[in-house]
Amino acid sequence: MTKNPKPLGKNPVGHPLDDLIRTERIPHIWCSGCGIGTVFSSCLSAIKATEIPYNEFTMVSGIGCSARAAGYIKVDSFHTTHGRAIPFASGIKMAKPDLNVIVFSGDGDLFAIGGNHFIHAARRNMDMTVICVNNLIYGMTGGQVAATTPANAKTTTTPFGNPDAPFNLPLLAYASGASYVARWTILHVRDLTNAINEAIRHRGFSFIEVLAPCPINYGRRNKEKPLDTLKLYRENTIIKNGADPAIADVDFDRGVILGTFINRDRSTCDDMYEATCRRNSED
Amino acid sequence: MKPAVRTGSYYMTGDVACAEGAIAAGCLFFGAYPITPATEVAEHMAERLPDVGGTFIQMEDEIAAIASILGAAWTGVKSMTATSGPGFSLMMENLGLGVCTETPCVIINVQRTGPSTGLPTQTGQGDMMQARWGSHGDYELIALAPSSPQDCFYHTILAFNLSEKYRVPVLVMADEIVGHMSEKVVIPDAKEIKLESRPKPKGRKDRFKLYEPGPNGVAPMPSIGEGYNVHVTGLTHDERGYPAMDTEEQENMLARIKGKIRNNLDDIIHTEEYMMDDADIVIVSYGISTRTGLTAVDEARKLGYKVGLFRLITVWPFPEQKIHEIASRVKGLITIEINLGQVHYEVERCAHGQAETHLVGSAGGKIIHPDKVVSLIKEVFQP
Repeated sequence: MTKNPKPLGKNPVGHPLDDLIRTERIPHIWCSGCGIGTVFSSCLSAIKATEIPYNEFTMVSGIGCSARAAGYIKVDSFHTTHGRAIPFASGIKMAKPDLNVIVFSGDGDLFAIGGNHFIHAARRNMDMTVICVNNLIYGMTGGQVAATTPANAKTTTTPFGNPDAPFNLPLLAYASGASYVARWTILHVRDLTNAINEAIRHRGFSFIEVLAPCPINYGRRNKEKPLDTLKLYRENTIIKNGADPAIADVDFDRGVILGTFINRDRSTCDDMYEATCRRNSED
Repeated sequence: MKPAVRTGSYYMTGDVACAEGAIAAGCLFFGAYPITPATEVAEHMAERLPDVGGTFIQMEDEIAAIASILGAAWTGVKSMTATSGPGFSLMMENLGLGVCTETPCVIINVQRTGPSTGLPTQTGQGDMMQARWGSHGDYELIALAPSSPQDCFYHTILAFNLSEKYRVPVLVMADEIVGHMSEKVVIPDAKEIKLESRPKPKGRKDRFKLYEPGPNGVAPMPSIGEGYNVHVTGLTHDERGYPAMDTEEQENMLARIKGKIRNNLDDIIHTEEYMMDDADIVIVSYGISTRTGLTAVDEARKLGYKVGLFRLITVWPFPEQKIHEIASRVKGLITIEINLGQVHYEVERCAHGQAETHLVGSAGGKIIHPDKVVSLIKEVFQP
């Protein structure tokens, strides 16, 4: 006769990231096989690794599956309107520049409805870290075509295949003025965690695209089983730091480039405001 | 650093007076997008804010502008934006976010004529119902209506005080004439300006609930970085601020958002009266149209009519009780507004058939001439 394991008692062994999680809000909403949780835990690990006090962080998100991360992290966090995480975060940053501001949202939120805000925050080199979970689809609303959906892919609003071309996000970020640009997949957890750590400590607009599967709403309609997506991430990607973002299209047939594309010094929006506006007003 | 309150007498436009009022009220963050006839508010804030340690940012559109001031408000500063019709329309979704998350902030709307691009350089009061109901869903907020540059100064301060006290976005519904006219504006000593600031939490941080109402129905509000680990969402939320997808929490949230305004009407509603003691015909007006009304009262009195004026400084929440009470003792109520009937229907609703209600309105573009009001009085009333 086997014995049941002893109950954990009053002080069960916690998860090492529990101090950054609103544990009372678990279980989360994300589906089995979804990649968002992996990006989220990489983000928490990176925050921890910076050794910066937690109350010097704030997380802002928009709307969508990825945006729900802001409701699980135990720092001051804001779940705003669709597409508007970046301008909301810009207000926080410019009003209190010593905060570390992280925007955590999805591709639909950041690059379709919120695309205008992204390019302007990058242009200003607003000192924040933008993490985009790119699952190539609108997950929360049930699988509609996104600005990142590959051409010909099937979605509920492109039942005959996507007639449009997707954005190359690293190129868009670079062209708009971002001073740190990287791309990883959820299979590259250590690289991703290190990149987020680096992006948080980087002064300026940091952008990290993370390719993540949405087996329910993307994979299912495109004959891509959950494991197939991960195999693509392992076998059809090329790690190449310093690559030209112009050749960074998400095309698994040709190979998707991962790594740090851009890491450059540029004056930030708050530094420039201090140097330009405040100095002149005192003259 | 220069003083926030520029005590003295000035010849100043309403737009500039709004900006000076904001800075006197302690506003330290302004995010906006240029639009006629509100641009001068932004221009003056851009010049003045660095002087007082504040921050100005011209955002990429009005949606970003209002999002930025909501974000800034959670760092603990007082924040503001200024816009006009088309920009006001773009702000509606995030105005709802401000209401739902109980975020104090001030929005100046220097109204022009609509719909759409309309007459960008000419006056209007056609955004009054949008101010009340423009964002989706059910809610309460506060809207004030200045009728002069001097009002612009004081009403912007009042707007900040009410927004801080009740944790609610407050709208200052100016118009092109008030915004662009220059008049004498007296800025008092700093010590004569009474300022409110948002209630701050006390007690244990681990037991803190973001939306647990205080004595006046308003919950204390911490700032980012103070260690309260707040979660702020536009989803329906419980008192902790956590998403709660059920009808019971929806009812609780709405009860709090509406209750904190509805239960403090005496403090929130500001009105003024002119020649009301013996009046049996009462003009109801607000903003620039108040000035039409004041002249109309004097002219009609010369003809023997007992006319008075009831001015709404606070248009929303609407002074329902007061209008109902006035209607019970007069023959008629005349609403003057530069639109084709918005606040007029509120007056009609609150008069509830006790007195005749009339509208002197216009499609917009210019101030309404007092003769139009006097003609109506002569046509429908006996002296």
